[in-house]
Amino acid sequence: MSFLAATGLAIGSAWALYGVGTALVLAGALGVVLLRNPVHCALSLVTTIFGIALLFVDQHAYFLAAVQIIVYAGAIVILFLFVIMLLGVDRKEARAPENVRLLVPMALVVGAVAVAELLALARLQYWAAGAKSTTQSLSGPGSDIQKLGQTIFTSYLLPFEMTAALLVIAIVAAVALVRRRSQPPPAPPRKSAGALRHPARAPEAPGAAVRPAATAGAGRSAAAATRSPAAAASTPKTSNETREGRAVS
Amino acid sequence: MLAAVAAASYNGDPVFAKGITLGVWIIELVKLVAVFAIIMVGVLFMVMYERKAVAYLGNRWGPNRAGPKGWLQSLADGLKLFFKEALVPEGADRWVYRAAPVIAMVPVMVSFSVIPIGDTVTVAGYTTRLQLADPPWGILVMLMASSISVYGVMLAGWASGSKYPLIGAVRASAQMISYEAALGLTVATVVVLTGSLHTSAIVAAQHGGVLYHWNVFRAYGLPAAIFFVAITAEMTRPPFDLVEAEEELAGGYNMEYSSIGFALFYLAEYAALVTNSAFFVTLFLGGPDGPYWHTIGPLWFVIKVLAVLYVYVWIRATLPRLRYDQLMDLGWKKLIPASLAMLLIVAAGHISWRWGLAALSGSLFAFILLSRAIEVGRTQVEEGAQAELESP
Repeated sequence: MSFLAATGLAIGSAWALYGVGTALVLAGALGVVLLRNPVHCALSLVTTIFGIALLFVDQHAYFLAAVQIIVYAGAIVILFLFVIMLLGVDRKEARAPENVRLLVPMALVVGAVAVAELLALARLQYWAAGAKSTTQSLSGPGSDIQKLGQTIFTSYLLPFEMTAALLVIAIVAAVALVRRRSQPPPAPPRKSAGALRHPARAPEAPGAAVRPAATAGAGRSAAAATRSPAAAASTPKTSNETREGRAVS
Repeated sequence: MLAAVAAASYNGDPVFAKGITLGVWIIELVKLVAVFAIIMVGVLFMVMYERKAVAYLGNRWGPNRAGPKGWLQSLADGLKLFFKEALVPEGADRWVYRAAPVIAMVPVMVSFSVIPIGDTVTVAGYTTRLQLADPPWGILVMLMASSISVYGVMLAGWASGSKYPLIGAVRASAQMISYEAALGLTVATVVVLTGSLHTSAIVAAQHGGVLYHWNVFRAYGLPAAIFFVAITAEMTRPPFDLVEAEEELAGGYNMEYSSIGFALFYLAEYAALVTNSAFFVTLFLGGPDGPYWHTIGPLWFVIKVLAVLYVYVWIRATLPRLRYDQLMDLGWKKLIPASLAMLLIVAAGHISWRWGLAALSGSLFAFILLSRAIEVGRTQVEEGAQAELESP
């Protein structure tokens, strides 16, 4: 009797894990697409990442679940938020794309193709969706971090090292681009310098979010200018559609 | 060898071995409430402990009115905060503004659940560990919690709709991300020594003997120091408290918060302090085990955590705040290379002393190269700045 109850509980908890994970992934994904405020979108992305971590736990891939949260939620989305806050696009977004009439059918077609592709791969090929197992992890018993480490440093050593080299090259390239000797002339002087001093701030993209509002009228005229984030970043005079600008106007 | 055996025999809490019955539910519930109570009492105690100790170090009395010798002051402060009006600033993003304190609080609470407070006990036929959870990802919970708790600070600063909090939040997120790398590498050092992610296995590998089993000695000391500095920066405690520098930012990310929101941030800060001290004890100081009398585990644990907490108070009373570039220099140019080198040295020394020596010499060579590179970079930057000054 207790065995039955325990089995029932195990199956129930597995289903609950799967259900909650899937719900989080879907809700987060919808939030990323549908919410207006970029910060809210980024938070929805975090929700999705947590859902994926739960799905990893459901697959007994505990280490991957932990790394999913540490790397993606803890570093990458934080960087997204960082950029959003620094560029000051956190209140106004490019809401109306240029060609809605063209874009909507195109998005529908591409989305349908992608879904069909995914479903076909999941039905036809196990390498895409993983082989099916309901009782235990396929790689046998034992700690998953040990198996993962051994696989990475034996069978997949070359791809692993190449990925590491790629990342290093990307970082070195980024530093080389930022630290170029021939710097463009500085931006026209503002009323007061940005209060934020941070090494991550590139000279081309001043922190619009933390700059004091230039004039009260700038907020209103900014609605037209902030069609795209790039425009918002490059026109310091009119990009003050932050909460500061609104409060003044 | 010992570590490998310990790692192989650890498969979660033995209480689940016979299936999940009503007794197991009750035991887990009791442990849950106990952990919550430990954190709350720990926070109340720590707030007072810090104020008293800082006062004595500064040759003052400290709070001495509420309760016997003033020990109920933190309780009184907490009650006062909860009766205040919870304001939401006009420019705030309401939803995020309300969620941020909770996001700051929850990860700390969760991460305390993996800390082993003692060895196994047997109650009414059930053998269980004196720790709430012993999941397969074990110590990674700590890294997860520290990476999630950035959101609390960051979103609070952003959602307040004010400038000083935003600057504090940006500083905080950059600082926390920077020190997370060194933190992860030192934790990896301990994991390499133990051969397991289970916190219970980590403390079991340090059990017995007189001190020399402790990871602080087995890892040659430096990783423990790096870990200590990194969690101090991670918690934005002094001397790394640029996030809430009162003189510059009027309090930083939680400036716009009042009442319960502020109380939750305060609670999260001190809960993080207690939790991370407990993690330091778990990882490097042998957890619930002392040099003698190995059976009184929980008592040793409390003594060690109190000692680590006192070191935090001591540092706060002694050291001045770092400048921002000093902070980033320390994190990126010193702690991360040092922790990486120590990971290699400890791992190589775990195999044989020859490999350890080779790793040590390689690390020294890399150290020389790195310091030369940093020097060259610095002179180039200075020359560039000079050229820019001279050009019209």
